[in-house]
Amino acid sequence: MATTGIDTPGRAQVGVKTLRQDAWWIQPALVVLGLTAFVAYGIWRVFWGSHTYYSAPYISIFYSPCIASSCVPGADEFAFIGSWWAWTPALLVAWIPLGFRLTCYYYRKAYFRSYWLSPPACAVAEPRKNYTGERRFPLILNNSHRWFFYLGLLLALILTYDAVLAFRDPQGQWGHMGLGTVLLIINAFCLWAYTLSCHSCRNTIAGRLNHFSKHPVRYRMWTIVSRWNRHHPKWAWISLATIVIADYYVYLLASGHLTDPRFF
Amino acid sequence: MVGLAAKPYERTTTVVTAELERHTYDVVVIGAGGAGLRAAIEARSQGKRTAIVCKSLFGKAHTVMAEGGIAASMGNVNEHDNWQVHFRDTMRGGKFMNSWRMAELHAKEAPQRVWELETYGALFDRTPEGKISQRNFGGHEYPRLAHVGDRTGLELIRTLQQKIVSLQQEDFRASGDYESHIKVFAECTMTRLLKDKSGAMAGAFGYWRETGRFVVFEAPAVILATGGIGKSFKVTSNSWEYTGDGHALAMLAGGTTINMEFIQFHPTGMVWPPSVKGILVTESVRGDGGVLRNSEGKRFMFDYIPAVFKDQYAKSEDEADRWYTDPEHNKRPPELLPRDEVARSINSEVKAGRGSPHGGVFLDVSTRLPAEVIRKKLPSMYHQFMELADVDITAAPMEVGPTCHYVMGGVEVDPDTAAAVVPGLFAIGEVSGGMHGSNRLGGNSLGDLLVFGRRAGLGAADYIDKLGGAHPKVVDQIIDAAAAEALAPFREEGGENPYTLHMELQQTMNDLVGIIRTESEMTEALGRLEALKVRAANITVEGHRQFNPGWHLALDLRNMLIVSECVARAALLRQESRGGHTRDDFPQMSAEWRKVNLVCRVDENGVSIARQPLVPMRPDLLDLFEVDELEKYLTEDELPGGGH
Amino acid sequence: MAYTAHFKVWRGDGSGGALQDFDVEVNEGEVVLDIIHRLQATQTPDLAVRWNCKAGKCGSCSAEINGRPRLMCMTRMSTFTEEQTIAVTPMRTFPVIRDLVTDVSYNYEKARMVPSFAPPADLAPGDYRMAQVDVERSQEFRKCIECFLCQDVCHVIRDHEPNKESYSGPRFLIRLAELDMHPLDTVDRRDVAVEDHGLGFCNITKCCTEVCPEGIKITDNGIIPLKERVVDKRYDPVFSVGSLFRKGQKRSAPPT
Ligand SMILES: Cc1cc2nc3c(=O)[nH]c(=O)nc-3n(C[C@H](O)[C@H](O)[C@H](O)COP(=O)(O)OP(=O)(O)OC[C@H]3O[C@@H](n4cnc5c(N)ncnc54)[C@H](O)[C@@H]3O)c2cc1C
Ligand code: SF4
Ligand code: SF4
Ligand code: FES
Ligand code: FES
Repeated sequence: MATTGIDTPGRAQVGVKTLRQDAWWIQPALVVLGLTAFVAYGIWRVFWGSHTYYSAPYISIFYSPCIASSCVPGADEFAFIGSWWAWTPALLVAWIPLGFRLTCYYYRKAYFRSYWLSPPACAVAEPRKNYTGERRFPLILNNSHRWFFYLGLLLALILTYDAVLAFRDPQGQWGHMGLGTVLLIINAFCLWAYTLSCHSCRNTIAGRLNHFSKHPVRYRMWTIVSRWNRHHPKWAWISLATIVIADYYVYLLASGHLTDPRFF
Repeated sequence: MVGLAAKPYERTTTVVTAELERHTYDVVVIGAGGAGLRAAIEARSQGKRTAIVCKSLFGKAHTVMAEGGIAASMGNVNEHDNWQVHFRDTMRGGKFMNSWRMAELHAKEAPQRVWELETYGALFDRTPEGKISQRNFGGHEYPRLAHVGDRTGLELIRTLQQKIVSLQQEDFRASGDYESHIKVFAECTMTRLLKDKSGAMAGAFGYWRETGRFVVFEAPAVILATGGIGKSFKVTSNSWEYTGDGHALAMLAGGTTINMEFIQFHPTGMVWPPSVKGILVTESVRGDGGVLRNSEGKRFMFDYIPAVFKDQYAKSEDEADRWYTDPEHNKRPPELLPRDEVARSINSEVKAGRGSPHGGVFLDVSTRLPAEVIRKKLPSMYHQFMELADVDITAAPMEVGPTCHYVMGGVEVDPDTAAAVVPGLFAIGEVSGGMHGSNRLGGNSLGDLLVFGRRAGLGAADYIDKLGGAHPKVVDQIIDAAAAEALAPFREEGGENPYTLHMELQQTMNDLVGIIRTESEMTEALGRLEALKVRAANITVEGHRQFNPGWHLALDLRNMLIVSECVARAALLRQESRGGHTRDDFPQMSAEWRKVNLVCRVDENGVSIARQPLVPMRPDLLDLFEVDELEKYLTEDELPGGGH
Repeated sequence: MAYTAHFKVWRGDGSGGALQDFDVEVNEGEVVLDIIHRLQATQTPDLAVRWNCKAGKCGSCSAEINGRPRLMCMTRMSTFTEEQTIAVTPMRTFPVIRDLVTDVSYNYEKARMVPSFAPPADLAPGDYRMAQVDVERSQEFRKCIECFLCQDVCHVIRDHEPNKESYSGPRFLIRLAELDMHPLDTVDRRDVAVEDHGLGFCNITKCCTEVCPEGIKITDNGIIPLKERVVDKRYDPVFSVGSLFRKGQKRSAPPT
């Protein structure tokens, strides 16, 4: 079918894919750059980082919670999976944030536009001939976002716990703080912001109700979540950045490139 | 006279009737605004097969532009409100020229019509108890206008549109065809009403805008709901649809119009930039605290409070300002005088050389309310000025001036059934006359659409039932004549350009039959109209019949010219000033003239006007007023023996 | 302040057409629709264009200006430079009738497939009580002026004609959302949204929200919440299991 979409017979034949004169391709290009860089970084850390993810008292987000018995001592608090697990322990948990973000409504927009080019930008014809949306396998799995949201909450809790643990010194004594502590706190905060501004969160808090007036407390919470929800894309990017920063910092410490400046 | 004497056009006769698209219905509603849609819902609910015909797409009629609200005395905000108070307000607003029976029916039935909209799915703004919220508006004693922000008309039309869809879904479940009982013919313009030999309504003739092909609807009952006439004026808040088609069609078919001299000029339209001149600035701006100033910075409205209103309006700026927060103990600011008063005052200021740079006056909220409040209360005005005039109304005043807004006059109808004098013809909404007298109150139009829309649906159903199956038959020759008339602009080359004629007509009406009128100017206007008619007979349009706006305008011009002539002739005759008719040479209101309706007709000799006595008001309704008040309007012998 | 602008206006019909060049006068404060009208009055009296209110209220004058779906009456000339060529075409998702006028009947057909508002049978007119906070969400969607620009820009149908069969487009997804959120409605429209209106086609790429002249947050406030409500019913580990016990498609009373 050579003639579908804007070339369908009967529609106004203009002859070009778009008459937009602005630089509509910049946005998708930037998204491709940003996301690709992050994915590359993530792969490097997950598969080649199994010796540099823990530097007491800090643990990298890619490996937390570390639940395999192969985890380095100090980081293995939650370990319950036996030594039969031969791969990097990151694989046991990294699928959660991965799935959470892959099914996230904002990231869907970002990758559908930038990688799938469907559409590359508004009113710019997409190259593909057929399009079935998110109605079939595998894209129908995007409906699992709710599940990932629940897991995402759990993860945010654990990362908060990690940030709390960062108030120890490398020997495990409480009441200390270093630059890493600050980074982990910031990271945890941004993850909360990202997670709580999630559309599934907005729905569960009260969006699914038809009578706000009968649930004043949930309605109040909904208005707050809605306010944050408007900035969800921003939190999606900021939290991506803080993950990389916090993780890279742990890498630098664990690989001995840097020593943690301690405040007290 | 343009088009009136169109002869059967020999060469096309057979072709036209052969290629003609014909539809048979029980009821044809011409117009898909609030009035037309409500009528169609009623007719269909009475079991009549109904066609709705309109010039633009379904859901786009002029009613979408209404902003303020629907007046209905539900008493949700002030429980003292009831139909009697609403009736009194309406009669006062219309300076007692109203058809009192229509005003009565309207006041009584408007609440039910509004509640009914909720059952169709309308979502009005709410009071804290969850009832429909009501707002203050000029001339209404209590907060009375049901509203949705400043887009009430959109809500009204969308609700009715969706109700029609739901009826179609019902029909689909019953018959397998969505359009078995009610069908919308959009972008289809009617140019003639068709009668049978006895003179009863038999249908309507028109063309599809898309293809230019002709179409005939055969139906014993035709309901006109075509809206107003504003496009005959240069500065207007009205859209291109308002070419007075229904007024002209009714008269061409032997119907009559009344009150055509009464035209409402809304005091606040935009004046700058030129391309948006006339677009409405809603009355809510003043209701919420906006004030009018001249180039000297003076709140000039204090100088223009007429004697009859002296006691109801504030005398000082301090008092006026206190009213917004304490309406019980202070009087209203004179900016909230009835529309005709404010419009005239602005006009005088500009004439006296105290206008704004672009020929208006200043309407200022920026110094009166904090910026956030303005953005919250008047979102679409903020948007409108920002987008179209580069003016930030939170920081600078708006420039405003009068704009042609509404025609009180219209087809003369029976109040209870909306039936016109031609058997089988009905008229409702802005195209009907009588309800609003010489001046319409804000919010009373939308109520009018619903109340009389429903009544016309009932009236038409009843009329058809009484015919008992003996449906009038259209005479084929009339169809041929109508087709020839419509094709006339294609005949010749090198004739007049319809756009040029339209511009000249608008200029004439605006300058000479506008907000302030005098005998000499109107006589001149009539002369110019005569010349325009001659030139209009000689219009040429380019291109073909497919979606050709030049052709459409050429056909609309006939109607605009007829209606403009009615307005000018009636205005020339009425030697007094009242509501939407102000004579420089007769500045007073006259109780004698109040007793007279001017009735407009069209026949072979063109437009003519006749005087017709107004029906005296029923005593029990008269009793609703104080005698003091009646004395201002009625003649000695009309006054009741005793009021209360 | 007046200057001569260069316009390219698409002229033609379903069987073909092309951009035609015009030089036309532009004055201060004008919008694109003014220029189109000037072309009609001075150069091409039969140039077909749809418009009504010229105030952004009726949604008639939808077109594509320099490739972007916009209302002609709300696009100011001052947003372009004097040198810029301005291309105006009809909406490219619907069949063209003539020049700038398109056949939008697709939208009216889809509108007819939306199950109508269904209040409780025993609720009398005048007795409706709804709190402002409960109607506000649906009111946002009722601001829609049916300009169909969101439908025009939606790639699901713009770029894939066959999808028109099974997909209703953003305008009608928010109509479904509006009714589903109505505090007094008694019908569950979630299955209909998926099965009859193709909710799953939307990949939330948000072009509809970008073009909506009424500023309706079509995706964030309409389509995504609707998708989430579907998830509540079909895919949620907690709620959908719970609803197995609260069986039945129709809600007898309005949902809480
Ligand atoms: C800016 C503005 C704001 C307003 N605000 C308010 C307000 O707040 N409150 C209030 O009460 N009133 C208000 N009004 C007045 C009110 O909106 C109108 O008077 C009312 O909507 C008229 O409705 P209608 O049903 O009579 O006609 P319309 O809604 O105008 O519909 C006319 C219909 O007739 C069709 N038609 C016309 N001629 C033909 C033909 N020849 N063939 C076929 N079809 C034809 C048109 O296509 C259209 O569908 C306002 C008016 C304006 C302009
Ligand atoms: S967000 Fe969905 S509905 Fe909106 S334009 Fe994109 S695909 Fe279409
Ligand atoms: S939702 Fe917005 S863009 Fe879509 S039709 Fe309505 S007003 Fe137009
Ligand atoms: S995390 Fe982005 S929408 Fe849920
Ligand atoms: S003409 Fe009504 S929206 Fe542009």
